Amino acid sequence: MTAKLNRPQSIKLYKDMVTIRAFEEEVRKMFSAGLAPGLVHLYSGQEAVGVGTCATLDKDDYIASHHRGHGHCIAKGSDITRLFAEIIGRRPGYSLGRGGSMHIHDPETGNLGTNGIVGGSVPLATGAALSAKLRGTGQVAISFFGDGVLNQGILFESLNMAALWSLPVVFVCENNGYGEFTEIDDVTAGRPYTKRGAAFDIPADKYDGMDVLVVYDAVSKAVERARKGKGPSFLIFDTYRYSGHSVGDKQEYKDEKERQLWEARDPIQKMAKLMVKMKLATKNDLKKMDEEINSTVVAAAKVAKKMPVPGADDLARHVYAP
Amino acid sequence: MPPDSSANIQSDRNITLKAAVLEAMFEEMKCDENVVLIGEDVGAAGGVFKQTEGLFETFGADRVIDTPISESAIFGLSVGAAMAGSRPIVEVMFGDFLTLVMDQLVNQAAKVHYMSAGGFNVPLVLRTGIGIGGSLGPQHSQSLHSWLAHIPGLKVVMPSSAADAKGLFKAAVRDNNPVIFMEDRMTYNLKEHVPTGEKIIPLASAAVKRKGVEVTIFAISRAVHTALAAAEILLEEKNISTEVVDLRTLAPLDVETIVSSVRKTGRAIVLDGGYKSFGITGEIAATIGELVFDYLDAPVMRLAAPDIPVPYSPSLESLMVPSVDQVVAKVSTMFGDSV
Repeated sequence: MTAKLNRPQSIKLYKDMVTIRAFEEEVRKMFSAGLAPGLVHLYSGQEAVGVGTCATLDKDDYIASHHRGHGHCIAKGSDITRLFAEIIGRRPGYSLGRGGSMHIHDPETGNLGTNGIVGGSVPLATGAALSAKLRGTGQVAISFFGDGVLNQGILFESLNMAALWSLPVVFVCENNGYGEFTEIDDVTAGRPYTKRGAAFDIPADKYDGMDVLVVYDAVSKAVERARKGKGPSFLIFDTYRYSGHSVGDKQEYKDEKERQLWEARDPIQKMAKLMVKMKLATKNDLKKMDEEINSTVVAAAKVAKKMPVPGADDLARHVYAP
Repeated sequence: MPPDSSANIQSDRNITLKAAVLEAMFEEMKCDENVVLIGEDVGAAGGVFKQTEGLFETFGADRVIDTPISESAIFGLSVGAAMAGSRPIVEVMFGDFLTLVMDQLVNQAAKVHYMSAGGFNVPLVLRTGIGIGGSLGPQHSQSLHSWLAHIPGLKVVMPSSAADAKGLFKAAVRDNNPVIFMEDRMTYNLKEHVPTGEKIIPLASAAVKRKGVEVTIFAISRAVHTALAAAEILLEEKNISTEVVDLRTLAPLDVETIVSSVRKTGRAIVLDGGYKSFGITGEIAATIGELVFDYLDAPVMRLAAPDIPVPYSPSLESLMVPSVDQVVAKVSTMFGDSV
């Protein structure tokens, strides 16, 4: 995409990544201030994967996310004030404040939900793809999952059926190197991990997940293939989570050098440098955008903090559908 | 549907429970193209018990989908498909295999509507065969309905007869929630008159299958037939007038019918093919105790499968199923008979 990159596209990708980074910084502050009552898992560092992927999709395409899912919600177009509200348990949130960070669903943007079960959302995306195929809608589904899912059985069951029935689903593995506090390489056999997709004759490859344009290109091809009825793809993006498993994790298991190496590959800085180099924006333009986004995000957080908590009459709503 | 595809549906309208559910599937698939059947051997093979025969020929491979043996993802895919607008009927061959489906059932399907604040529905039916009989052994004979009825967001339906099965199945397919439809395999071939046409039986409606005034037997699925046989003997041999209430659905439970029967008879016994400990017999006994204790002339009694894995040898297997004699004896003690 680099060669053809135009100004509006590049700005959209850049802004979405900056928005996610700023959003997660506010979430961290909310958590530290005791406003977020539960667990939060931040997406900082992995922005290129969510943004590059969702930029290839139409609004009615599906995504199914995981426990580190705020970035996916934002990239797919959810409202950041309502996201903040959900994370701090307020009524205007996507689940009336009853789901929290790991249980955010947004039908308007085709978001089948962040998910608290590692691997739990993989069949949901695959099933939405099955439905899209049966109904002939032309929609595709993205299954976002972390490296931990490489060792969950449900992934293999889903890959098999996706391949067997040529379902319009793209499996997007975000390999941030760690499952909770354990290095993925310490607990995973079968290198390279792309073999897991290839075993089912699914086109499978590994990419730099710190480069939003690389992600965009790889997912674009996979989405196009899916839309044409040619079936699933299995993409692994190498990336890094800056902030530990959840907020509060001191990350003593990480090597300082490793952290510095990854931070030097920061996806937002990378994109900024490229945009300046290609004269798509000046440093000053980018600085202005950063400031605007920051103040928008901070303002949204401020609004969310004033939102009401759910009332007792919200407790038992939606247990069953009418 | 082409005439030959309904050859297995008898025309005299006395049809088996298995045929009645098949008929319900034909009708529901015909009237809503979003209804699809998915599972192991449900397509070309027509089901391992011939319970889906003819559907594949009528509706084709896009609507009747044969799957690999991957219960967890079969069900998980169905949840995703339901969220996206399909209305899957998922078959899990044996109720014992629900253990493989539990994450997708309990953590995903049951909670999606709640977690999305009503934004997504999960309209699907999980159909599975349960029950003891035929020496299928410890891993193919369990009745785990109590596990499922424990989970908010799931509905659990267990018909005892052909007409009920058809009407309840149609209601289950039209319901916008995940509904677990459990048929005891020992009831598959029980015949009765099933009316033609649209007869939907609302979920959460128990049925009084026999009227009586001195004691109520609450039962579900196959146990209803045990209760009815016992009621006949109790009348003939002990002159005890027994009411039999078929719960039909466990979740939601028709509490109103339960308490109004106890108000009338003053005695209750709960009969179930599942395990006794922490099972539905305890739940219903406790409900009666909480709501209509003052009407009781005797403690609420329970009869269920003993807390033992279901053994293989017929000599032992038969001891796992509460018998008509056991029901008669237990009810008799509630009237002062020593056994």
